[in-house]
Amino acid sequence: MAILPPGVSAEDFAAATREFAVAVGEEWVFTSDEDLVPYRDYWSPVPEPEAELLASAAVAPANVEEVQAIVRTANQFRTPLYPISTGRNFAYGGPAPSMRGCVVVDLKRMNRVLDVDGDRNFALVEPGVTFFDLYRHIQDRNLKVWIDCANPGWGSPLGNTLDRGCGFTLGYYRDHAGSQYGVEVVLANGEVMRTGMGALPNANTWQEYRYGFGPDPSGLFPQGNFGIVTKMGIRLMPQPEHYRSGVITVPRRRDLAPLVKTVNYLTDLFMIGQPQYGSPLSPLMGNTEFLEAATRRGGANEEEMDRLAAAADLHSWSVELQFYGSEGTTLANWEYAQQMLARDVPDARLNDGQSLQIPLTPEQIEQGTMPNQRYLWRSSFGIPSLATWVSLGRSESIPDAWQQNHVGMFAVIPRSAAGLFEAQQVFGDTLRDLGVDTSISAISTPLNWYQFSFFFSAGFSSGGGSPEATPESKARDAEILKTLIETSGEHGWAEYRAAPYFQDAVANEYSYNNHALRRFNETLKDAVDPNGILAPGRGGIWPAPFRDRRGGTTG
Amino acid sequence: MSARTRWVSFAAAGVLVLVGASAGHAQDSDAIERGNALFQSLCAPCHGAAIGDDGQPLLPGTSALSIKYRGALPAVLEERTDLTLDALRVYLRQGSFSMPPFRQTEITDTEIGDIAAYLTPP
Repeated sequence: MAILPPGVSAEDFAAATREFAVAVGEEWVFTSDEDLVPYRDYWSPVPEPEAELLASAAVAPANVEEVQAIVRTANQFRTPLYPISTGRNFAYGGPAPSMRGCVVVDLKRMNRVLDVDGDRNFALVEPGVTFFDLYRHIQDRNLKVWIDCANPGWGSPLGNTLDRGCGFTLGYYRDHAGSQYGVEVVLANGEVMRTGMGALPNANTWQEYRYGFGPDPSGLFPQGNFGIVTKMGIRLMPQPEHYRSGVITVPRRRDLAPLVKTVNYLTDLFMIGQPQYGSPLSPLMGNTEFLEAATRRGGANEEEMDRLAAAADLHSWSVELQFYGSEGTTLANWEYAQQMLARDVPDARLNDGQSLQIPLTPEQIEQGTMPNQRYLWRSSFGIPSLATWVSLGRSESIPDAWQQNHVGMFAVIPRSAAGLFEAQQVFGDTLRDLGVDTSISAISTPLNWYQFSFFFSAGFSSGGGSPEATPESKARDAEILKTLIETSGEHGWAEYRAAPYFQDAVANEYSYNNHALRRFNETLKDAVDPNGILAPGRGGIWPAPFRDRRGGTTG
Repeated sequence: MSARTRWVSFAAAGVLVLVGASAGHAQDSDAIERGNALFQSLCAPCHGAAIGDDGQPLLPGTSALSIKYRGALPAVLEERTDLTLDALRVYLRQGSFSMPPFRQTEITDTEIGDIAAYLTPP
């Protein structure tokens, strides 16, 4: 498995690893096959085993000075690096590099929570801190702030932000890149830079005013490759006194339009957390008539869907709204939401959900002893969880295997019923035309992960539903996903995030004015990283020394 | 050697043995304590005995092992007594089914030993 970085001789690579060892200590430089196994992408989508995105080595610094030394050595020997935080962004590459042969810079040892201010509501963290770490730090000090957790919670708040991850609470906080307030970064020349107020010596406002003076380059680092981020400020949500939820359902398919309009209004007034859209019509998908109406090529048979829904006394859409505040304000906001919706859809059903004092008790958290509901969704309460992992492991339906195919697409679509309906039809028809098993239909719901946008999950399963991954099944998955990416682009939609194997395909769709954005990013890249040592190809941004590898894809 | 001398020697040896056992016990206790803390931090969020969320009755790792063993072995790792250092090293460094491998930067070999001491006290 031993490989060399592209363009680096065995002698230079050996010299570089010796220098890395001088910087961080021999025990924190990993070159053996055994030690590099955990640096592989456990869900690698690369079909050809010989093209897998493997690291040539890994080096684990403990502080900023060691990161600087690594970068200087990399420049000296033209050795490309790939920084990771906790390396747990599985399905988006995990700890594996963006280009085969990079040296992974494993920042997990830089795991200090540097500051949490429970009065000014922010944190300052290093890359190796996990959501669990930050949560425990806050709980141990009885601070009254919440973190907005990605799922699973073993990831890094800093790393997740750099991958534009998102969470579950109020919109401002669940847009993790949006709630980033200041970064410290080791640039490709080895210098340390701080953004915003962090550039002002002696400032005590780094996490309170992001912009400082002049351009704010902190936005270059998420999904980019302009430096190694070693510290990040994060805004934290004050712990509310009360949590309340309510569920609204509307009877007809076209009632989704006023429902989305109302939810958008409440969202944009910052009155609700993440809306959870659903469809009560799922039980009807076993009915052949309804299935045909909901998956008809060219668009759903809406009249037939409404007729069958009414016959079954089922409503077409639901949305769970989440309110954070005091008991009184959450009740007032919930009542206001009901009034708003009733104006447009008088026959909507309005159901109280949970009403919980915050903080939750340990028994509520550990044992799920919640009033008025079946389970506790910990992430809505700022509590990290690994719950989503259950979907990948053994299950009663596949007791002796696990889901080794782990690719899919989340397309950014308009935040409207019309946008959703078009996406349902286009993605459903595209996948069915490819002969792919898909659950997409006219009852597929939008994901309101980010405050101001809908994502549409164009999920699919290939390989006849088998969880086993083979080179053939991976090639088939990659072909399907690339078709979806291209089809999306034709409709003005696109993936918001991608594993390295697909980063060029996604970036290629953002092509306005002959790829002006990409050309601008690569002009910057060449200026600040002339040797192209930092994460070549990440985000579809290729430095000059490796630019001919674009579309390769990364092998 | 007189009887008294022998007695003193035995007594001294006994003290030494006791001291040795006490030091060993303290080391074991320290390792077990560290292993407990590491287990609660790293392993329990997936392999603990708490219920899951999203309506799941078990946490993901515990759920997977309950399906694997069907009662032949406990699904909750803290109820197992057979998880030696060697076994844990294989699971953690190579991964097992849907559990991906863990790197040295996430957990060192010494720390794996502490978890083994906690799960399977000597």
